[in-house]
Amino acid sequence: MLLTVLSGFFVAALAPLVHRHIPPRHSGLLFALFPACLFFYFAQQLPAISAGAMLLESQPWVAGLDIRLSFMLDGLSLLFALLITGIGTFILIYTGRYLGDHPALGRLYALLLCFMASMLGLVLSDNLIGLFVFWELTSITSYLLIGFNHEDAKTRAAALQGFFITAGGGLALMTGLILLGLAGGSFELSQLLSEREALQAHPLFLPMLLLILVGAFTKSAQYPFHFWLPNAMAAPTPVSAYLHSATMVKAGVYLLARLQPALGGNDAWLWLLGLTGAITMLMGVYLASRTTGIKQMLAYSTVMALGTLTMLIGIGTEQALIAAMAFLLAHALYKGALFMIAGVIDFSTGAKDFLQTGGLARQLPITAAAAVGTALSLAGLAPMFGFIAKETMLESVMGAPALAVVFSVAAFLSATLGITIALVVGIWPWFIRRDMPELPTAFRSPGPALLAGPVVLALLGLGFGLLPALPEQALSAAASAAAGHAVVAELALWHGVNTALVMSIAALLLGTLLFCNWGRWRSMTDAGERFARRLGPERLYAMGMEALVRFSAWQTRVLQNGYLRYYLMTTLGTMVVLVMAALSMNLSGIRIAMDFSGVAFYEYVIAAVLAASSIAAVLTNERLGAVAALGALGFTVALTYVMFSAPDLAITQVLVETLTVILLVLVLFRLPGFLKLSSRPLRLLDALTAVIVGGTFTVLILAVTATRYFPSISQYFVEHAVSDGFGRNIVNVILVDFRGLDTLGEIAVLSLAAIGIFAMLKLRSGGQE
Amino acid sequence: METLMAFVIGVLYATATYMMLRRSIVKLVIGLVLLSNAANLLLFTTAGMMRGAPPLVPEGALQPEGPVADPLAQALILTAIVIGFGVLAFAVVLIRRAYDVVRADDINRMKGTDT
Amino acid sequence: MNQQSLILRTTGRFLLPLLLLFSLFLLLRGHNEPGGGFIGGLVAAAAVSLHLFVMGTNAARRVLRLTPRDLIGWGLTTGVLSAVPSTLLGEAFFTALWFEITLPLLGELKLGTPLFFDLGVYMVVVGSVLTIVLNLAEES
Repeated sequence: MLLTVLSGFFVAALAPLVHRHIPPRHSGLLFALFPACLFFYFAQQLPAISAGAMLLESQPWVAGLDIRLSFMLDGLSLLFALLITGIGTFILIYTGRYLGDHPALGRLYALLLCFMASMLGLVLSDNLIGLFVFWELTSITSYLLIGFNHEDAKTRAAALQGFFITAGGGLALMTGLILLGLAGGSFELSQLLSEREALQAHPLFLPMLLLILVGAFTKSAQYPFHFWLPNAMAAPTPVSAYLHSATMVKAGVYLLARLQPALGGNDAWLWLLGLTGAITMLMGVYLASRTTGIKQMLAYSTVMALGTLTMLIGIGTEQALIAAMAFLLAHALYKGALFMIAGVIDFSTGAKDFLQTGGLARQLPITAAAAVGTALSLAGLAPMFGFIAKETMLESVMGAPALAVVFSVAAFLSATLGITIALVVGIWPWFIRRDMPELPTAFRSPGPALLAGPVVLALLGLGFGLLPALPEQALSAAASAAAGHAVVAELALWHGVNTALVMSIAALLLGTLLFCNWGRWRSMTDAGERFARRLGPERLYAMGMEALVRFSAWQTRVLQNGYLRYYLMTTLGTMVVLVMAALSMNLSGIRIAMDFSGVAFYEYVIAAVLAASSIAAVLTNERLGAVAALGALGFTVALTYVMFSAPDLAITQVLVETLTVILLVLVLFRLPGFLKLSSRPLRLLDALTAVIVGGTFTVLILAVTATRYFPSISQYFVEHAVSDGFGRNIVNVILVDFRGLDTLGEIAVLSLAAIGIFAMLKLRSGGQE
Repeated sequence: METLMAFVIGVLYATATYMMLRRSIVKLVIGLVLLSNAANLLLFTTAGMMRGAPPLVPEGALQPEGPVADPLAQALILTAIVIGFGVLAFAVVLIRRAYDVVRADDINRMKGTDT
Repeated sequence: MNQQSLILRTTGRFLLPLLLLFSLFLLLRGHNEPGGGFIGGLVAAAAVSLHLFVMGTNAARRVLRLTPRDLIGWGLTTGVLSAVPSTLLGEAFFTALWFEITLPLLGELKLGTPLFFDLGVYMVVVGSVLTIVLNLAEES
């Protein structure tokens, strides 16, 4: 499994290179072979997994932190893996044709493959940290994918918005996962899932749950974080079809289903997920019913589907989980197809809005047929698989352990509006003939590469509907994993006349009525839209962002005022206050001792020279005088090193002192001479500051030399220099052997300083000279 | 000796601070030199000062006879001296370039070049 | 810098090779006696700087044969490469490796990756300091 995930990144790295040598028409097909192979690999595992087996694989990764790169394949992961690779195959074929003439197509392939690999890693990860890493990788790759047309400012803004929200949620998720790992005593999901009692009895259970939910809800575009998803439609259509049908946005749903056995089955879970899901579902379907943008409508209906899934997982009964998995599969099939169909419309006619379309069935007969099929599935009408999914869903919400009425009403409303949007999608662009506006561009025939995906997915939707036994095995396995125990899904097209069917029929009638009055419905609901624009979640997000920018501008103005002395005063003042506070509170037995015993006379002289030369450097009015004073200081410091057993330091100090003089001679004397710029009171104030800072250091050193908390580690180096380092100069052995990595860093710093100086001297920017 | 050095280092820090608070850029450079010397001596002093016991192992021995001065602090200071030179050179050249562009010796007049 | 005294010019010419040799001596003995890559590098850099003051920048560049910036790169490469052999043997990065070779005249010689690392340090220090000094001197 490690191989399946990592090979994706490898292929992604090769993709742009390979792409350069292959005509774009064929490159899509070629790259599609890769996910197709993975699909067959995963499909082969199906019999074993549905028999209850679980594949585990583990490699040490960060051994010191006990983070393992471990993977787990069970029913849930398998269903997702099949969707990711299966739909990915068609997306790659589709991309080759859809963006065949785009200059950066190679980059898009690389990003899509990277994204696919991250997504596979996410659903296969057994380790919480690994899962989080892949989770963030999907956020990053989807940011790059959404912002693929990066010359457009709106696209960039949309990509950034999606990234901020999902990555912000990712931070919450990380905290939640760490809490989960600590509370459960393991970072391996396969072990955590059996720790249900311990986890739910943990005092931090609720915060942990909330944090994880924030992560899942932002990723899966749940209300009130839903707004990034429609904006993300700025992405090229193949990206939308992939990210926003089967993969990226389903990651949150995956996480919820994955953790359901461990965290689910309590009131908090039911209320939080159930209600958030229901609200999201209604918001999504309502917004979908009033937009006229083709991709926007699909995006909002995705929001609806995600809400439905969250609600079902929240309900958490066996039937609800079966319904969730069936709905997940149905949605991936029809939504992937519908996005690709939206792309075909755009590709062939240039239309991006329903109001620009009409009567296209004659020009695009195959597309129209696929659209009708998938729209039936979206509407939840027989004989499509969507019908089975919706019936199971309606039955299970009525059987919810609590809030059954709320869920049922919400599901009914959502089904009604769902019919309306399905009718818009399935009829409007194809069969309604109006006085057609001019098509935005000349008609282009889509060709088989663009049609393969929609047609196959639509046929699958039909096939699974007629023969529900086909996907039963995979769905049972997935539902078992989500439930935590074996569950058998029994799906049938005809359930007899029951409440669910009656509800469906009522919804069909109401929804059709609404479709006939679609224009009136849109203008009726304008008021709500106006309100949302003023105070909706997206507006709040925008206001929050603006406030953040204003706040940082304000604090930059205050803190970064450009006066060096204020920076220095702030830093030094903070240091003095902290040191003095720590010393005066005397928390941990700090002593201050003065001991002048054993100081020889000449040592007093050296100390006096040190102090005097530094004061001379301050008092002199000449640059030359100051440099001379610094020289005297430097050589006296070297003398100090000599007398107190540091020959290496003394040599270094003398040499550096020499070079410093050369440096100062070369540069300093090309600068203007000393000037007295400050007023006398200011100089006195600075002198006072300086004395306080100096005094603080004196006290600090006295405290440090009189107090030892723990033995120095130097003794180890002293004892092992010869035996382990084969050197008798202990300082040098430390530099090149014991702490070699530090030294490497230090010479790197030195190199950087030198190269920086070189750049400053040689690379003049044009305009300024 | 550490006590005496504590006072000397205090004087060094005080002079460095005073010089760095000046508005003349050349004085800032001198303040930097004073500061790096002060910091090196601070490390040296707090590690404990010892007379006539360099951290060298006599030939043929496995360990030095008797206690020696702290080699770790010396290794730290050794690199600090060399890097201090690099950083000082960088600062000096930077100031020089800034002076070429702004033509002002007064640090207060160098603000606002990037806003 | 053309009005140098004759004495300085003459001594400078003799001092340069001596100082460079001395710097290598300091580098090589650094593992056992005071010295090492940092100190050796500084001596060499100071020697070339002296030459620069005596003979001018072009002469100083000729002494080096390769630009000091390249020396930085070679030094860093040497430093990093000296840490690699241990990883190939399955030990932690930067673990020191020692081996003994017997030379016909000098007898037994102990060589180890830390010596190569020290050589890298030497080259980086020489390269960095001379990049700074030479470019500043050319500037003025």
